[in-house]
Amino acid sequence: MSKPKSKNEWPLWEVFIRSKAGLSHKHVGSVHAADHEMAIENARDVYTRRSEGISIWVVESNQVHANNPAEKDSLFEPADDKIYRHPTFYEIPDEVGHI
Amino acid sequence: MSKEKAFEQEFENKIENEIKIEPRDWMPEKYRENLIRQISQHAHSEVVGMLPEANWITRAPSLRRKVALLAKVQDEAGHGLYLYSATETLGARREDTVDDLHEGRAKYSNIFNYPSVTWADIGVIGWLVDGAAIQNQVMLTRTSYGPYSRAMVRICKEESFHQRQGYEIVLHMAKGTPEQKEMAQDALNRWWWPSLMMFGPSDKDSKHSQQSLAWKIKRQGNDELRQEFIDKTVPQAKYAGLTIPDPDLKWNEEKGVHDFGEIDWSEFMNVIKGNGPMNRSRIKARKAAKENGAWVREAATAYHEKKMKRAQQKQSAA
Repeated sequence: MSKPKSKNEWPLWEVFIRSKAGLSHKHVGSVHAADHEMAIENARDVYTRRSEGISIWVVESNQVHANNPAEKDSLFEPADDKIYRHPTFYEIPDEVGHI
Repeated sequence: MSKEKAFEQEFENKIENEIKIEPRDWMPEKYRENLIRQISQHAHSEVVGMLPEANWITRAPSLRRKVALLAKVQDEAGHGLYLYSATETLGARREDTVDDLHEGRAKYSNIFNYPSVTWADIGVIGWLVDGAAIQNQVMLTRTSYGPYSRAMVRICKEESFHQRQGYEIVLHMAKGTPEQKEMAQDALNRWWWPSLMMFGPSDKDSKHSQQSLAWKIKRQGNDELRQEFIDKTVPQAKYAGLTIPDPDLKWNEEKGVHDFGEIDWSEFMNVIKGNGPMNRSRIKARKAAKENGAWVREAATAYHEKKMKRAQQKQSAA
């Protein structure tokens, strides 16, 4: 992972595609390209050959920062015991109905 | 419990409970290596698999057949790229992976070491070779590694057109003139056994099979996949009026499957060692593609650098 890049290897870009208006962009994979324009063109050829997209984002892979998976408990566990954040926690008679 | 042991336990629990392993999750080094080996081999197969088909693009018998074949070959390139992308999530470098193929350190599907000598071969390749690939890949959509599984879902959606266009060609020829039917039969005779070998050696002789099944990288054994493939394709051959070149092939009423003849694994081993009709030609073509494309990659990098420099100059001038 930390091996030096060879001189001619193009950088890696993560590809995100919006499949139709109204939906978010979703990660689909990655491509190599010399620059962002070529990354978009390559992503078009690789990931939208059957009309899977109407918009493409590319982000150079080394610009993506993520949490350490080993720390996922300390990050996400605090939400697990807060059942009062969900509507079903509250007791309301059925005849009241809901909004 | 040591930290390593705890990680290992968590990994095993995920495998047990069908929770996918994702790129940055802890995984045993052997699991990572095994995946890189299998996925890159799969990627190389897609890429080398373009060669026997590309051989017929300029000679496709009609425009309809030609656009279909072009689209299919383009899909194979795409499939190779989805898979190379999956190997990169495991820390493999693209260029190393490609060089492993070129230097003979990595394998690709043995089937592509056979030549496509007539147009009927294009039909049979789509029908049987893509058919066998689908059989294997549908199983792999349930693989335990997330990015591999997602690539397989995309690939399976696209492969079904490949298999159908192939069978349509076979059917067309089998119902055509006697010469055309003979060509279709001849292609089936040559591709049948190598297609069965695509599933790999029997599980009892396959060195990677058991561990891959335990880690749920693979979800079905080679023999089971091969049997399902035979049971699906035998009626298709019959429908086309073609004969499967296996005198021992017969329906086993008791087991509800077809019995079939002995596979000649010595041929398989011989071809995989590099002595098939097309081994040298395939690698030569792949190396030439890399070498002949080098100036394009360098030019694109140089162009990018030039643009960056100009943008900087503009900024500092402003």
